[in-house]
Amino acid sequence: MRGFTQAQEALKVLDVENLKKTYGGPQGQLAVLDGVSLWLEAGHSLALMGESGSGKSTLLHLVAGLDQADSGDIQVGGQSLAGLDEAARATFRRSQVAVIFQQFNLIPSLRVVDNLAFQARLAGRLDEAWLSQLAQQLGLSELLQRYPEQLSGGQQQRVAVGRALAVRPPLILADEPTGNLDENSADEVMTLLLDLVQQAGASLLMVTHSARLAARLDRQMVLKAGRVHGSEW
Amino acid sequence: MMLRRLVTLSFTLLLGCDSTEAPVPAGFAGLGSEAQGFSTVTRGQPLVFPDDFGAHPDYRIEWWYVTANLTDESGEQWGAQWTLFRQAMAPQNSSEAEAGWQSAQVWLGHAALTRAEGHQHADRLARGGIGQAGVHTQPFRAWIDDWSLGSDAAQQRRPLQLSPLQVSATGKGFRYDLRLRSDAPLVLHGDRGFSQKSTRGQASWYYSQPFFQVDGQVQWQGETRRVSGKAWLDREWSSQPLAADQQGWDWFSLHLQDGSKLMLFRLRSNDNSHFYSGTWITPAGVAEPLDASAIRMTPLAQSKVAGRTLPTQWRLQIAHKNFDVTAQALNPNAWMGTGIPYWEGPVNIAGSHTGVGYLEMTGY
Amino acid sequence: MIRHCAWVLHTLLSHWRRHPLQAACLLVGLWLATALWTGVQALNSQARNSYDRAAELFAGGAQTVLLAPGGQAFAQDHFVTLRRAGWPVSPMLRGTVELAGAADTRRLQLTGIEPLTLPAGGAVEAEVQDQTSLQAFMLSPGLTWIAADTLAEFGLEVGATPTLVDGKQLPPLHVVPGLPPGMLLVDISQAQRLLDQPGMLSQLLVEPAFAADLPPLPDNVPLVWQEGGEADLARLTDSFHLNLTALGLLAFVVGLFIVHAAAGLAMEQRRGLLQTLRACGVSLKTLLAVLLLELLVLALLGGSLGVLSGFALAALLMGDIAASLRGLYGAQVAGQLALDASWWLTGLGMSLLGTLIAGGSSVLAAMRLPVLAWARPQAWREAQSRAIRLQSLLGVTLLALAGALVVWGDSLLSGFALLASLLLGAALLLPLCLQTVLRLAQRRPAGPIRQWFWADSQQQVSGLGIALMALLLALSANIGVGSMTEGFRQTFIGWLDQRLSADIYVRPQDAAQAEAINHWLAQRPEVSAQLPTWELEIRVEGGPTQLSGVIDHPLYAQTWPLLEAISDPWPPLSAGEGALVSEQLAFRLKLSLGDMLTLDTPAGPWPLKILGRYADYGNPKGQLLVSAAGLQQRWPDQPVSGIGILASQQNAPQLASALRNVFGLGDSRVIDQAALKAYSQTIFEQTFAATAALNTLTLAVAAVALFTSLLGLADSRLSQLAPLWAMGLRPAQLAALSLAQMLMLAAFTCLLAIPLGLVLAWCLVEVVNVQAFGWRLPWHWFPRQWLTLVLLALLAVLLASIGPAWRILRTGPTRLLRSFAHDA
Repeated sequence: MRGFTQAQEALKVLDVENLKKTYGGPQGQLAVLDGVSLWLEAGHSLALMGESGSGKSTLLHLVAGLDQADSGDIQVGGQSLAGLDEAARATFRRSQVAVIFQQFNLIPSLRVVDNLAFQARLAGRLDEAWLSQLAQQLGLSELLQRYPEQLSGGQQQRVAVGRALAVRPPLILADEPTGNLDENSADEVMTLLLDLVQQAGASLLMVTHSARLAARLDRQMVLKAGRVHGSEW
Repeated sequence: MMLRRLVTLSFTLLLGCDSTEAPVPAGFAGLGSEAQGFSTVTRGQPLVFPDDFGAHPDYRIEWWYVTANLTDESGEQWGAQWTLFRQAMAPQNSSEAEAGWQSAQVWLGHAALTRAEGHQHADRLARGGIGQAGVHTQPFRAWIDDWSLGSDAAQQRRPLQLSPLQVSATGKGFRYDLRLRSDAPLVLHGDRGFSQKSTRGQASWYYSQPFFQVDGQVQWQGETRRVSGKAWLDREWSSQPLAADQQGWDWFSLHLQDGSKLMLFRLRSNDNSHFYSGTWITPAGVAEPLDASAIRMTPLAQSKVAGRTLPTQWRLQIAHKNFDVTAQALNPNAWMGTGIPYWEGPVNIAGSHTGVGYLEMTGY
Repeated sequence: MIRHCAWVLHTLLSHWRRHPLQAACLLVGLWLATALWTGVQALNSQARNSYDRAAELFAGGAQTVLLAPGGQAFAQDHFVTLRRAGWPVSPMLRGTVELAGAADTRRLQLTGIEPLTLPAGGAVEAEVQDQTSLQAFMLSPGLTWIAADTLAEFGLEVGATPTLVDGKQLPPLHVVPGLPPGMLLVDISQAQRLLDQPGMLSQLLVEPAFAADLPPLPDNVPLVWQEGGEADLARLTDSFHLNLTALGLLAFVVGLFIVHAAAGLAMEQRRGLLQTLRACGVSLKTLLAVLLLELLVLALLGGSLGVLSGFALAALLMGDIAASLRGLYGAQVAGQLALDASWWLTGLGMSLLGTLIAGGSSVLAAMRLPVLAWARPQAWREAQSRAIRLQSLLGVTLLALAGALVVWGDSLLSGFALLASLLLGAALLLPLCLQTVLRLAQRRPAGPIRQWFWADSQQQVSGLGIALMALLLALSANIGVGSMTEGFRQTFIGWLDQRLSADIYVRPQDAAQAEAINHWLAQRPEVSAQLPTWELEIRVEGGPTQLSGVIDHPLYAQTWPLLEAISDPWPPLSAGEGALVSEQLAFRLKLSLGDMLTLDTPAGPWPLKILGRYADYGNPKGQLLVSAAGLQQRWPDQPVSGIGILASQQNAPQLASALRNVFGLGDSRVIDQAALKAYSQTIFEQTFAATAALNTLTLAVAAVALFTSLLGLADSRLSQLAPLWAMGLRPAQLAALSLAQMLMLAAFTCLLAIPLGLVLAWCLVEVVNVQAFGWRLPWHWFPRQWLTLVLLALLAVLLASIGPAWRILRTGPTRLLRSFAHDA
């Protein structure tokens, strides 16, 4: 796994090394991640698979800076997340990564247009041309003045995809982005997501339990009981 | 006389407004303003006693003024001042002026006790008509609150003379109680009491009793001293004693070593054409009005008192009397910080003559 | 960074745009709370300002004055004597005058002063310093100095010379800032003329520094010292204002319940939003700051509305308050309010404080919110039941404190503390009580729907708890205060009937007229008896006390209402050996039957045995009833103050008008029993008008709180109801069930509110009233009043619940289905 050249090393957008995370529960300590290492090259995509409880979502959240690991290191674009305080992690979250959630997590009180622009505005890098291009490609141009609750599930997830890409972060994280969608919508959203990630020159780390969708990404990796079980190239 | 004594009573002054802002609208303390409805001072009218010991409510202002140069048993010099001013807010006859609260008479008392190292003063204010302040002629008595100047009927054997008199006043940190006695006749200034105050006709009625011998006691911060000395009483009334452009005056009453008395004043005009007047009184009580041209009054040294600069050392000259003296204030800080403020205190003279006296300076 | 925060704020605020009703509820809560509080504060500060103006008219602070021993007028020679003895005194003559031709024959206080001797300082200082103004004041025709608000209230003009009922004319009016309302200030010469008191004075002001150690008076001056006379007013009216403040505070707290409910709901609904914000890279600090900023904006908005409405409310009630203060205490309070900058500040400050208290907990909750959205409902429920346990513990502690205060409290403040801890303690225990009742109900075997009904109601308690507490507070306060007021009203009217036994009451103008009236009445065949009284105000152990001398007449023994007395108290009273004391004086001086009380009189000490106690409702001052002969012997110059006339009922009106005509007496000096009763009752009604208004508003506020809470729950309600719908219940049934659930919860709350209200009434009657006024009222029950209030409350709840129920009814299957999807 470590047989990459210096050049390839330099192109790593994500580098996770020996990551461990334990949660306290009613039945005592539970090791959710037990020494996971992985990396992702710039412009590439990686599907993270595994059963419920395998730790894949936890890994995603740690990479997103939403939670902190017990040990190990995460580097995104060469910046280590270890030792960042809350404020620094917040800055990291709004500029270095963008997360697409299974439940879309749109802001119900904002119109579609403002939801799309939301994180880009927070990060201070709103690009109107890019935003309108996104809206058009995502088929949201007619829906910009609506509120999220007036959209179908597929439409809502397209808004979430747009919101993440509007930031133009080096790394996009997706947590079962199509888990709440029917098969047609899921394929459609997936296609758009992969297209746009490529257009944006970003990398994608996606958690999914669907092998069919995972197959559409550059690499796949399976987690089992908190460890890397196997990967397909 | 004195106009000095004109310090009167304009209400502003009486009521304790900030002295540095006391308005000087027309002459000092408003004494140069028009006197509508009031009697005017006209030459040739004879003074009548004892009536003219009392108040003249048909004139606007009036005062009873006593200054005493005293020495205690240790030889220390003291000065005592007792003044009662009357001002009418409107012309009234005597019965109106005594008709209870309807009286338009306002009375103001000033008292001070001065020594070389200190000066204490106090003032009192009262409305006429009900007995809080006033003047009786038979026997003579002038009073405001618990301050009084007068005698009782048994003492006053000769009703045409203001003698003997008791004078007493009390204020914060001082009090005095003095007996005044004199057999000398009253001295009328100017033309039988008609005392001119400007070249434009302003005048007042003005007479004095400068020959009082004094004994009694003074109290300073609770400490009592027996004192004796000389006192000078002035009576003056008018309705418009100052010309509008007269801003103040410098006035002296002097007891000379040889028994003569001297009264001198100058009224300062805005244009420096000061008005001079005076009376030379022989030890026998013969009064000689002094011609303005005979009088020279020259300030020699200034003192800073209460934020103002005043001359507290003077050269006084009367050519045809061979009189050339220096008058020096006993205490340059004898400032009367009353409603309308002025300087009033004892002086010592030396030169061709020696003696003691009082100096009053207003309008600085 | 600022742009960044602005976007976050914009996003947070967009929630309110999407939920305008929620925003409205929060603002209404803040608005009502601030309005009621500001209103009461405005009333109180207006009154206090008026007292201060009266107290500080002359040379700042509590005035020490010299008076004649009986308070009557004295010759001004005493003034001259004292001045000539070196005393810094200033003469004053006080009296009342009535303007002619005014529809409302309100009397004005006329005060004559002597400006030259007036001690420096006080409201008129500037005028006295101004030579022109002073000269105009002192010289005939003089000036009448008057406050601008008094001028406006009476519709007078500057420079006018109003005519009095006796035909005299006031000097020209001139406005002087800072004068007390209802007062005319004239020169002493004018006062003596206007009041027909030539050469007389009523008191001497003394320079404060000189008066400090009360030097002994010269033997020839028969005056006495009186300290701080003007400060009495502030002290006497203290309890009145404390009552108002307590009500205002109650309303404020109830208003905050609304804010709390609305803010909590908004937080609950925005949990997801907050988490998304965090996930998108908003730091905790930024979020916290922006949430606080949001509260600030809301507080300022609601607070501003509240201050304005509070001002309007105060302006509305001011007339009644001013009238009752005048009637009860003789206190002159300006009837015209001016909006003060300090009210804005305190009003907004209170609003901000209230918002922080009520909304702070939701901000705290946001702080603890994990970035990851895995909030576990189970944990939340556990926290909720922990909260109920904690609340109940606090409630029990407060009730224990209330118990301790009943036993050991002995001041008005502790009385109010008792009320507060009682109310709050009971409110905090409410959720536990309701849950216990519901759990018991659930135990009974029943069909599935009924079982769901009880179980679900238990769950509702946590969401509606706060609103139900507000309802409990408002309702029990209404029952308590209502019982107290109604009880007072009945007692007062019964007492008036007994106490006013004469048919006509006459107040002669002076001793000569009293004599003439006496002779005239003796000639009239329809007059069966005359009961003259001599009244004067003295100070007993520092407090102002009325001394009333009555003659020996069997009517007193027959009708004078006594609370307790030795057997046959009247003979020793007539003999001048004893006195009857009013209840409040006995309370203040801790006097019991048989105790001795010694009065200082001009003729030396007068030892009196306490023969009995009588009720004297509505009188803030203590009163002593003594023999007229004994009083006259010690105050020989005291004129008759009033004559009660017994005449046959049908002749009374003619006799009264004959008296007015023959002696030229005004309506206020001759009054028949019926008119006097009507007057007393008017004062009474005015006194409680403000209380009643505030009380009703409090109930309205509670209804709004309930409405807000229901509204907030409506959304989550749908997802709770959806399974039932799926299992075959019609929306109409669901709506009916929800409605029934609300009414059931409200009914239980009402049931608890009645006993709590009664306990409250007991505290008011037995503790607060006794401490505040010195009298105890007989206990009355008013079940009909309670029923009315409960029905009113249920009606309010019904109105508040109809909206949400209607939403359930109107909800189509799509939305119910969607709530499944959301739940998934």
